[in-house]
Amino acid sequence: MTSETRSIGRRLTLLLAGVAALLSLLSWGMVTALAREATQRTQDNVLAASATTIAETLRTEQGEVRLELPYAAFSMLGAISEDRVFYRVTADGDTLTGYDDLPQPIAGRQGQIVFDTANYVGVPIRIASISRGILAGDGPVLIAVTVGQTRDGAGAIASELSRLAAILSVAFFVVAVVLSAFVAQTSLRPLNEIAAAVSRRGPSDLRPLERPAPADLAPLLAALNRLMARLGESIRRSEDFIAEAAHRIRTPLATVRAQAEIALRTVSGEPEKDRLRRIIRAVDESSRSAGQLLDHATVAFRIEDLASDRLDLADLASQTVAAMDPTASMRDIRLHLQTASAQITGDAVLLEAAIRNVLDNAIKYSPEDTTVTLTITRNEAEACLTVVDQGPGLGDEPVAALTERFRRGTNTDGIVGSGLGLTIAADVLRAHSGRLELTTAPNRSEGACVSLVLPLA
Amino acid sequence: MRVPCLALGVIFWCTGAALALEIEDHHLFPGTGERVLRIVSTTDLAVFEPYILAFQDDRPAVAVDYTVVSSSEMHSAIRAGAQFDLAVSSAMDLQFQLANDGYAQRYQSAATETLPDWARWRDLIFAFTTEPAVVVINSTSFTGLDLPVTRQELIAILRDNPDRFAGAVGTYDVRESGLGFLFATQEDRSSDAYWRLNEVMGRLKPKFYCCSSQMIEDVAEGELAMAYNVLGSYAAEKLAQDQSGQMQILRMQDFTNVMLRTVLVPATAQNTEAAGAMIDMLVRLGMRDDPGDWPLPSLSQTSTGEAIGFGPIRLGPGLMVYLDPLNRRAFLAEWENAMEQR
Repeated sequence: MTSETRSIGRRLTLLLAGVAALLSLLSWGMVTALAREATQRTQDNVLAASATTIAETLRTEQGEVRLELPYAAFSMLGAISEDRVFYRVTADGDTLTGYDDLPQPIAGRQGQIVFDTANYVGVPIRIASISRGILAGDGPVLIAVTVGQTRDGAGAIASELSRLAAILSVAFFVVAVVLSAFVAQTSLRPLNEIAAAVSRRGPSDLRPLERPAPADLAPLLAALNRLMARLGESIRRSEDFIAEAAHRIRTPLATVRAQAEIALRTVSGEPEKDRLRRIIRAVDESSRSAGQLLDHATVAFRIEDLASDRLDLADLASQTVAAMDPTASMRDIRLHLQTASAQITGDAVLLEAAIRNVLDNAIKYSPEDTTVTLTITRNEAEACLTVVDQGPGLGDEPVAALTERFRRGTNTDGIVGSGLGLTIAADVLRAHSGRLELTTAPNRSEGACVSLVLPLA
Repeated sequence: MRVPCLALGVIFWCTGAALALEIEDHHLFPGTGERVLRIVSTTDLAVFEPYILAFQDDRPAVAVDYTVVSSSEMHSAIRAGAQFDLAVSSAMDLQFQLANDGYAQRYQSAATETLPDWARWRDLIFAFTTEPAVVVINSTSFTGLDLPVTRQELIAILRDNPDRFAGAVGTYDVRESGLGFLFATQEDRSSDAYWRLNEVMGRLKPKFYCCSSQMIEDVAEGELAMAYNVLGSYAAEKLAQDQSGQMQILRMQDFTNVMLRTVLVPATAQNTEAAGAMIDMLVRLGMRDDPGDWPLPSLSQTSTGEAIGFGPIRLGPGLMVYLDPLNRRAFLAEWENAMEQR
């Protein structure tokens, strides 16, 4: 079992969401800073206008500095916020009017406005100051006009904007997370499609996957296709080997049997004839065992990669009966087939091997001049092929044990066998979700009854 | 000739700060408990008494110590640290300056939240009345004349009948009265007819008063033919009691100053809980729709529709402009020039 690490989709989503969170936070910080800057500038502009308006009313009358605070200078400060207002006008450093402890920023050039932030009466205030020279009685006097205002209004606007920015950032983040999930899903779609295409394939479909894939997935696809090609090659080689092996074993055995038959006809001594008959029987048995071993290998191999074709059990049975008929008639055994059409799905080669092995067993254990009956029955869900012989039956052993590999019945003395026949049939039926039922024939005192039960298509 | 103010001239030592306060009137409304709500006010006791009694209906335990002073007295007393729990004044500019300079405490309640923006500032000052400045005349002095409805017409009438009006015109002494100064400066700002009117009045040897009530009294008694810029609320109150039927209230159509009577909690206040309750009551009465039996009008009564211009005088830093010593000196000099002609 392969251990699963965190899903790429989730990792991608988390990564993108992390980036989005960072960007949201960054944009919130920036908007907040900008809002502060903007409100600060707005306040500065109004303060500057106020200080300038006051400075413009400065004049001298009979050598004395005269100042008339214009109503607008203060009312404009009250127009944008409910902030406290402080002011101070100095002439050469002496307070002319206003709050004489109001801090005054260091004056810049004449006519230039200087801004400052200070603490006054325990609250932070913003100050604008403008200085202007004026010719009074004894000479030039430097007048400085300073206007200060608390920063509650500006702060409130900045906080409100910051709050709005926070809401927007959160909304942006949520949208980004949703989009991230969507993007992750979309980017992984080709991968999922390839996985689906591979799992949709039939058991023996080892053709290369030929579908457009993103460049990133091309190496994976190529590797997958190479693996399938190698697998296909390996399967082909195994099949070749099995066919080759069967051929190599059966051909010399056939030659031996033919020679033994000829010898049997030419010798006259009864002991020699008997010896030759035994040779022939052994050769037959070896040939059958080789066939069964090959069948077993084929079954083990094909079960991994089961074909699911639509088949008629009746066709399979009659084909097998036709193939086995010569063997049966050599011992004067009649094969009696009672067919009824039964549609099943499965692997024709395997099912035929199963029927052949069951039938072969029946023929082998039947006495000469008897009948083996094959009956196909069906109910709603299952089809059943029953093979009944008139042989000695299955003995006293538990019937389940008979399907174990190389296990033979207790009453088989004198008959050569490999013990593989029923094992093959049971394996095939299990692979087809069916089962092998072994009973002693119901209506005769002796004889075995083997049923191959398969689900209907 | 100047009529002296109706000051009792009582020297009163305030707790905490040693300062002399020129008290015009004082009354203690005893309560069942020990707590005392100390109110300093420019509003005449008779006018404010119903409010105090209504307050004590709700909270009989709280005694109310009510002190009437002039607005400038109140202003300097609170600046000097006099301990009051509530300051009620008609001089918006002085009240505003107290709040701006940090002599007021913040107060916030469900009631104050209902006030419109123009009727409060920074949760420090709360307005609870709107009171117009009106002209009060004695109709016998105007027999045979068209009643003026604008300042232009008023100027014409005064100019054309100097014999009839000489020595019979009264107005605030803006040097003494904070409210008079507020009305005068706001008129200066809003109407160019103000100074011409002053010139004309100055030629008639006007009488100067500290307070609306005295001016109205003199008009009702026939000593004055006309009082300019008196509180409409006081005049209406007096008109209701007047039996002679000679008194008449004129509202100038060209421009009317509407003053907000405001209340604030001084920074030195002790009994802020009771002060808050009183503010809530005043604000609720200020927001009432039905005029009722109260001596002072509500916020909605005079502010909507009737007032021409921008409505009531705005609570804002602009109010501090005329309080600037230089500005004030210049304004008073000009006013004296116009009013006291030799």
